[in-house]
Amino acid sequence: MLKYIMRRVFQMVPVFLGVTILLFVLTVVLPGDPIAMRMGERNMSEAQRASISKALGLDKPLYAQYGDYLARLSRGDLGESSRARRPVLQIFNELYPNTVRLALAAIVIEIIIGIGAGIISAIKRYSFLDVLVTLSTSILVSLPVFWLGLMMQLLFGIKFKEWGLPYLPVVNMTGGGMPDWTHMIMPAIVLASVSTAYTARIMRSQLLEVMNQDYIRTAQAKGLSNRAVIWKHGLKNAMIPVVTFIGLDLGAMMSGAILTETVFNWPGVGYTVYQSILQRDWPVVMGGVIIIVFVVMVINLLVDVSYAFLDPRIRYGSEAS
Amino acid sequence: MSPADKNMGNPDHIGEAHNPEEFHPDGGMGTTPVAVIDSEASSRTLLRDAIRRLRRNKLAIAAIIWIVIMVAVALSADLWVGSVLGDPIKIDTTQVVKQSLQTPTLAHPFGRDDLGRDILARVIYGARISLAVGVIATAISVFIGLIMGALAAYYGGLLDSFVMRLTDVFLAFPYILFAIALIAVLGRGFVNIFIAIGLLGWPTIARVFRSSILQVKENEYVDAARALGAGDVRIMARHIMPNAVAPIIVYATMSIGGAILTEAAMSFLGVGILQPTPAWGLMLSDARGYIYNAPHLMIFPGLAILTTVLAFVLLGDGLRDALDVKMKD
Repeated sequence: MLKYIMRRVFQMVPVFLGVTILLFVLTVVLPGDPIAMRMGERNMSEAQRASISKALGLDKPLYAQYGDYLARLSRGDLGESSRARRPVLQIFNELYPNTVRLALAAIVIEIIIGIGAGIISAIKRYSFLDVLVTLSTSILVSLPVFWLGLMMQLLFGIKFKEWGLPYLPVVNMTGGGMPDWTHMIMPAIVLASVSTAYTARIMRSQLLEVMNQDYIRTAQAKGLSNRAVIWKHGLKNAMIPVVTFIGLDLGAMMSGAILTETVFNWPGVGYTVYQSILQRDWPVVMGGVIIIVFVVMVINLLVDVSYAFLDPRIRYGSEAS
Repeated sequence: MSPADKNMGNPDHIGEAHNPEEFHPDGGMGTTPVAVIDSEASSRTLLRDAIRRLRRNKLAIAAIIWIVIMVAVALSADLWVGSVLGDPIKIDTTQVVKQSLQTPTLAHPFGRDDLGRDILARVIYGARISLAVGVIATAISVFIGLIMGALAAYYGGLLDSFVMRLTDVFLAFPYILFAIALIAVLGRGFVNIFIAIGLLGWPTIARVFRSSILQVKENEYVDAARALGAGDVRIMARHIMPNAVAPIIVYATMSIGGAILTEAAMSFLGVGILQPTPAWGLMLSDARGYIYNAPHLMIFPGLAILTTVLAFVLLGDGLRDALDVKMKD
């Protein structure tokens, strides 16, 4: 098991290095003059430019600049926002809880509705409910999430209010004289929508596949009730890929739901990175992406490890090869 | 060989005719085995099977019909939209105050936008953008993905590891953020959207194609072709590619829908198609400001995205069942 974890950690290193190289190349080719941006676009003499360039290490060859960049990264120094003049790490430290809160709420929805719908449609295969679930998952994966967000704002926020029904706050995390938790309902549903559909699909196909296996037939032949076969024998094995998917999805959601956060003015990581791109605040963008990639990779690693822990076949399979 | 074997039409059996009608005991041995195992006969029946299965799938047929209608309307737009509905881009300055945000009427079934332009006309012209992005971006992804996947699978070893790690790097990035960052570098504009979305799609195609090739490569007819002296390129092009391509067809169909969604999202965020070109995502972005007093502005472009993407997803589902492709999810 330890060997497996070590192997996975070592596999992460080249990927992370690749990400830093790619990001470094992007910063080099990005439009805009880094010195002018740094100095607030003032007019400068050549001598001033040269001294600033030297102070920032921009006169060195590219590979040396990349080395500097890596060294700064390893110290946790992600640079300073060129707008807010604050350390990038500090900015994201403040924002991350907002993203995590939204992600956790969405994951709860995904688990309850996704797994539930998947099980129902597998058990009642070809029934009306199954067709309904299959069709609605197709629609959900085809929905532009930002449009779903807009439509929900229109219906539950604006129209419900007009019609005198209980309504939900349209945007922001707080305010409007509504309790804070009500602000989270719509964004969480929107963020969960696509992954809930995938969860239901995977749950359904996995359960159907498992129910065809020999040991299920054995359990049925033993005279176990249908319920016991499904819950005790079927679900246990069918759940493994579902749990993996949800784990990976949690990683993706932690990376900031840029569209959901934008539609609902949710001050999270994705929204901030996006705003920084529009404002050409490259240190925040690059720092944000590094943090996001790192978080995603660590969560993926945890998912893989727990997967191997749950399913010995993975562990032994990879050690043998 | 027994008659039963012949009727199975199994392409693994070299030197046997797959189709009994084409089997001539006297002339058959004269043709080279390579010619007999050539994809011609077997792919035709495979294709016929697939088409038959696809035609039984009502949802897939509906999807095809919808796509054909969209393409026909989008292509013929120049001929009739301007005179029937009005110009999708030009603003009639004399009427703009009167016509701004007009709700749907018989003559203008989707209503008019803030600048008095017919929304149906804009949705129709938006279809051109979306379909073009979907097809061209997917073509770019497939082109890069096929080459990378084929190289990785066929040569294995170091090259394989390198390509696979490269896909890891690409997939480690949050998709939309990566697309936005690319646009920041390349600059906004029509062609750059194709390139950015196309560049992002290749890793998945490469992975699907690689694993598909690895399966096909194990077949005996590949060994046989090599024993007959066929070179790398010929084996790849004639024997492996045609057999490994089914999952790619399915995946590419679905990624047309994905590319349309990505373009819409980017245009919505303001890093995609530029004003005043009518693109669905851009229309939704404009409509956001009128959510209180003119919600009809945001309903129709959204429905257009949904139905178009849904059509490609359902067609992909249908193709997967018809071609009998097993996919992980």
